[in-house]
Amino acid sequence: MKNNAVLNVALVGNPNTGKTSLFNQLTGLKQKVGNYPGITVDKKHGKCKISDELTAEIVDLPGTYSINPQTLDETIVLETLLNTNNESYPDAVIVVAEVENLKRNLLLFSQIKDLQIPTILAINMSDQMERKGIDIDIAALKTALKTEIVLISSRKNKGIDILKNELANYKNWNTETLANISTKIDAKYFKELETTFLENSLYKSWLLITQQEYCLFLTEEQNNKINAFKTDIEKIKKYQHKETIFRYQRINEILKTTYKIDKSKATDLRSKLDSVLTHKIWGYVIFAVVLLLIFQSIFEWASFPMDLIDSVFANLSELAKTNLPEGVFTNLIAEGIIPGIGGVLIFIPQIAILFLFISLLEETGYMSRVVFLMDKIMRKFGMSGKSIIPLISGTACAIPAIMASRNISNWKERLITILVVPFTTCSARLPVYAILIALIIPSKRVFGIFNLQGLTLMALYLLGFTAAICSAILLNNILKVKSKSFFIIEMPNYKVPSIKNVFYEVVEKTKAFILGAGKIILALSIVLWFLASNGTSAYKNAEKYVPTLEENSNLDTEALQKKIASYKLENSYIGTMGKFIEPVIEPLGYDWKIGIALISSFAAREVFVGALATIYSVESEGEDVGTIKERMGAEINTKTGLKRFNFATGMSLLLFYAFAMQCIGTLAIVKRETKSWKWPILQLSGMGALAYIAAFIAYNILK
Amino acid sequence: MGDTIASLRIGESGIIEDFSLDVIPLCLLEMGCLPGKEVSLIQIAPLKDPLYIKVNGSHLAIRKEMADLINITKL
Repeated sequence: MKNNAVLNVALVGNPNTGKTSLFNQLTGLKQKVGNYPGITVDKKHGKCKISDELTAEIVDLPGTYSINPQTLDETIVLETLLNTNNESYPDAVIVVAEVENLKRNLLLFSQIKDLQIPTILAINMSDQMERKGIDIDIAALKTALKTEIVLISSRKNKGIDILKNELANYKNWNTETLANISTKIDAKYFKELETTFLENSLYKSWLLITQQEYCLFLTEEQNNKINAFKTDIEKIKKYQHKETIFRYQRINEILKTTYKIDKSKATDLRSKLDSVLTHKIWGYVIFAVVLLLIFQSIFEWASFPMDLIDSVFANLSELAKTNLPEGVFTNLIAEGIIPGIGGVLIFIPQIAILFLFISLLEETGYMSRVVFLMDKIMRKFGMSGKSIIPLISGTACAIPAIMASRNISNWKERLITILVVPFTTCSARLPVYAILIALIIPSKRVFGIFNLQGLTLMALYLLGFTAAICSAILLNNILKVKSKSFFIIEMPNYKVPSIKNVFYEVVEKTKAFILGAGKIILALSIVLWFLASNGTSAYKNAEKYVPTLEENSNLDTEALQKKIASYKLENSYIGTMGKFIEPVIEPLGYDWKIGIALISSFAAREVFVGALATIYSVESEGEDVGTIKERMGAEINTKTGLKRFNFATGMSLLLFYAFAMQCIGTLAIVKRETKSWKWPILQLSGMGALAYIAAFIAYNILK
Repeated sequence: MGDTIASLRIGESGIIEDFSLDVIPLCLLEMGCLPGKEVSLIQIAPLKDPLYIKVNGSHLAIRKEMADLINITKL
């Protein structure tokens, strides 16, 4: 298989055409997710064997209705197809269309065809043609569109081999243009355009003119040339509209003779479902039930694997301690690396379950109905119906949630969504909540069916949403951002979700989270371990100094060891830092050890639990490691003699973690998406102030 | 007579008249909302906004403010 030629193939198509199903069929588990250089749009690509001599490198481009981009994701389509120096510049393009709304799908096809890159049309969901009364004269359509056409059904894996065979033959495809825009709109203008930019096809030159702002690959020289030609912006805008109208005219002419639909066969499943799911009462009831079901499942299903992971890693730590030779390296493994990895893996169950539901909602087409239902309500808070998706995703992780806000076309609505999403209870807060609730809230039943601990968690979720909504209202009133608003969403047909698509989506999203956030968490755990097991001279002299103290003279060896360990922690680097901030956090009910956890969870909340675990395990050197919860529960407040994690401190911590912006990953993504430091700094300070005040009030009322 | 998409009732339809290019974004045209095409109102969201329409084979939801800018002749 050496010297195997590689063919770059781009998959392009409208959203909801089954493009991703086709991609999954073509590449299977050989797919990867990377990033486009410079921006954080997921780039899904994978290899597909076409023949013994030929392998295709397939890129699944973001779904789009037109080559003219509306969102950041869509600019990728433009960039990939126009920038010949792009590493994924395609040798061939597969345009995936859907059989039912072929007309609109052909608009995109006609644009891509005019770029004169070898292009093939794959008409998907062809297995439904008969049921829907659709009849296509493929031979005539091929001639009219000057292209090869393959009927496929990506879900049923039909037609895929024919498509592969066609791909092997891509060099012989017809690359004539389909819609000759020049003659129909303004012959003189387009002639001039053509002769000015002889190096490009006419349509490419036209795109460079109209979409210049998105073509970041242009050189200064090219930009100057374009600017010189671009004198009358109004005219260009008008011609763009005319171009679209003209394209539709051409498509209508072609489809009139080649595409027939027997309307009597149309089922009204869509309208029946719509009338229930978007009903003024049932619509909201169903949405509330769906949300409840999602959250309930996250806790019910995830708690068992999470406990399992937790105890497995506690045992591993112990195992490493007892079986490896004593020394720095063993300590690093047992106290740094193993808890660090455990701290990452513990998120997998919840993240996977949440993405499972989100992907199910999107696959079935229900998500669009939710957007439709919620738009007016969300607008009252300065957001859009489309903000629902980021807000729900935010309960898994704010990072993908903020990226999901990209399809909100109104900048102010999008900005507010980005700013408030970090208030939603992300899964990084859950381990913190879980351990604190277990420590301060008794596990008893109320009203017969509800568990008090579960209710507390539910209340914290509601608190997060309430904080998000309230700050959105506030921001909506103070932000003076002018932006043109338009809101268009497609209401796709209802579909039975494809298990394969859902599976790939869940695996991909979970993997992305683990690899992205996981690196930070693991690195911080190791840094933390280092800071906790090294220190100033007082730290180094602990073994000699502590036994000389009078108060310690009567202690047995074991108790003395304990004293030494806690003296060491106090004087380690991290202990010094914790002591340093102690005066600031004392009014909230925290000591320097919690201070350490606060400092270390500044970058990522979930480190809180791991940090306390590290701190207490460093302190309890040589003893049973036990679970983190046991260790925290045994901690005593030296001033009051009571438990450190009592109700007042616990509530204060819960509120602090509910509101504070402790996530470097989110701050970085907000900076990237808003292209300014102003907004992440606003989030950090605003949320921090709220967290401090809320924690302060709670502690002082409850203590 | 001064009718727009926003003045349709559920189940009614109309033919889109020429609209001002300044106010209608290109992407709405690209979704199939073109002059001369039939548009029908399928559903109105519970709080009277947005509107769920079918136009030229596409099912779309648009906000009332935009629907109000698209003139139609009722059928």
